[in-house]
Amino acid sequence: MSALTDMPSRNIVRDGVTDTLVMTKRNLLVWIRVPAYIMFTLVQPIMFVLLFRYVFGGAIPVSGHYVDYLVPGVIGQTMGFGSFGTAIALANELQKGTIDRLKAMPMARSAVLLGRLAADTLRMTLVTLVLVGVGAAMGFRFHGGVLDAILMFVYAVLLGLTICTVSAFIGLSLKDEEAVQGFGLIWVFPLTFVSSAFVPVRSMPGWLQHFAVNQPFTQVIDCLRAFASGDPVGNHWWVSLLWMAGIMALFVPLAVRAYRRA
Amino acid sequence: MTASNSDDAIVVEGLRKHYGDVHALDGVDLHVPRGSVLGVLGPNGAGKTTAVKVLTTLIQPDAGRAIVNGIDVVKDPAGVRRSIGLAGQSAAIVEELTGRENLEFVGRLFHLGKARSKARAQDLLEQFGLTDAAERRAKTYSGGMARRLDLAASLVARPDVLFLDEPTTGLDPRARNDMWGVIRELVAGGTTLLLTTQYLEEADELADNIVVFDRGKVIAEGTSDDLKDTVGGDVVEFTIDDANDREAALAAVRSIDTTDPTLTDTGVITVRAGDRGSDRLVEVVRALDSAQLRPQGLGLRRPSLDDVFLALTGHVAEESADSETATERVGG
Ligand SMILES: Nc1ncnc2c1ncn2[C@@H]1O[C@H](COP(=O)(O)OP(=O)(O)OP(=O)(O)O)[C@@H](O)[C@H]1O
Ligand SMILES: [Mg+2]
Repeated sequence: MSALTDMPSRNIVRDGVTDTLVMTKRNLLVWIRVPAYIMFTLVQPIMFVLLFRYVFGGAIPVSGHYVDYLVPGVIGQTMGFGSFGTAIALANELQKGTIDRLKAMPMARSAVLLGRLAADTLRMTLVTLVLVGVGAAMGFRFHGGVLDAILMFVYAVLLGLTICTVSAFIGLSLKDEEAVQGFGLIWVFPLTFVSSAFVPVRSMPGWLQHFAVNQPFTQVIDCLRAFASGDPVGNHWWVSLLWMAGIMALFVPLAVRAYRRA
Repeated sequence: MTASNSDDAIVVEGLRKHYGDVHALDGVDLHVPRGSVLGVLGPNGAGKTTAVKVLTTLIQPDAGRAIVNGIDVVKDPAGVRRSIGLAGQSAAIVEELTGRENLEFVGRLFHLGKARSKARAQDLLEQFGLTDAAERRAKTYSGGMARRLDLAASLVARPDVLFLDEPTTGLDPRARNDMWGVIRELVAGGTTLLLTTQYLEEADELADNIVVFDRGKVIAEGTSDDLKDTVGGDVVEFTIDDANDREAALAAVRSIDTTDPTLTDTGVITVRAGDRGSDRLVEVVRALDSAQLRPQGLGLRRPSLDDVFLALTGHVAEESADSETATERVGG
């Protein structure tokens, strides 16, 4: 009796890609089947748009329409919150032993991590589209060209992917779903709220402004806003890219190491 | 046990793995002939899972050698992964996917291709009695069904060597029996199996050979009959509720002949039956009766891991020692 897998050895790269696709599909299937995940990743950002547009928005002075200010901000914030799923799923699969099972199979080991990041990035792309749609219903408009609009999507999804690598590292290091939910993701709150997501940074006290202006979420959100409004992006485009590249350069190796050791 | 030959599906020599001060594996030797079943018996923390993890390439040993299906786990882990199946202490299935989807995804990850993955999933669902539940999410499965699905998933690629880490822990007796039936069928098909368990009865039911682990070491090996002989066959067990009567009860059973009774904090007294079998039960009843003692739940039972442990080491299994089953060796 011989193992079914005793077949001619195949192309490593092609196997890696196939395995990643299979894992991506598996992860997306799980996501759409859990109402709580849909609720958290889709309904919650929509709630934010509604709340800020109709409840707080009137009190927040911005140049132009507040909805045009708000939608890119919520998109940026959602990329942060959306990364929770990455950490929670990885911690859960480690805890349950699912990842061990996958590691004992002849599949590409990288596919577990890549399939997770790919699924979460696709999920965030979808959420961004939905937010733009909901925003449009409330008066949000792209004032720039098609290229600007595309760039806004690209930057949003890049931000999502970047924060997901940080979350992946946290999930794989804590290895405990409850710990992740309890304190593993608290950092996302100050980063997304102490930013230009909902209110102009200049309305904050001076000491806070220094942080708010320079931190990556503000940089990327300002970029998204400029792309949406068609205004000049200034140096935000490269400062954002630098931030994202730097964060990934740090956290991708950390996440890979944590995955290998887990 | 140095004799090993190419007919061994698993060969382990001097295997060590430590975590800080804990020697999870402290020089383990094993060999499992092709087509046979090895039961690795041990209490919590004995090192069973650690051994399985090394053999399935999940962790690297600190020292020693491990060969699975002729392949060195350290030198060619990918090769080992192609010939093994693993199902573990908890059912690592994806709860949001259906039983069928779970199996199909595993097939795809073993690079069986779409059509073969589907066919294999169907075969396994039938083999494991899961066809009726095939389209239901695994979340809705009972503990026994989940374990069966997990086991099925480990067999998708028809592994030559199968590792089952405590496949029935946490299952009720009925589900455990079902699982035993399934495993027995598999083994009849010629799969080499390494099975870990905390139950002597399980090793007895399924394994050709048994090794007993304690704190990372093999402290005994042989067939289940060998192990039972160590314990002295079945045991007579009863409880004396009144703490004041317990010493008298011990004295009474000691008077029978060379029995070596043990007493726990909760008043459970065990007596080895040796080759006297149920005659011993009668003797115990008579001895207690003439001492005018009233035992509760008196009966003859098969020896457990605790009994084997006690006989081999003179102490009960480490981690259960601080639980309610703390036993103190009396006399002898
Ligand atoms: N990753 C780890 N880090 C630190 N210690 C560990 C780790 N894995 C296992 N150990 C320790 O190694 C010893 C053996 O653990 P192992 O899981 O192999 O035992 P086991 O026989 O499978 O027990 P159980 O029946 O409870 O599953 C234990 O003392 C355990 O605490
Ligand atoms: Mg274990």
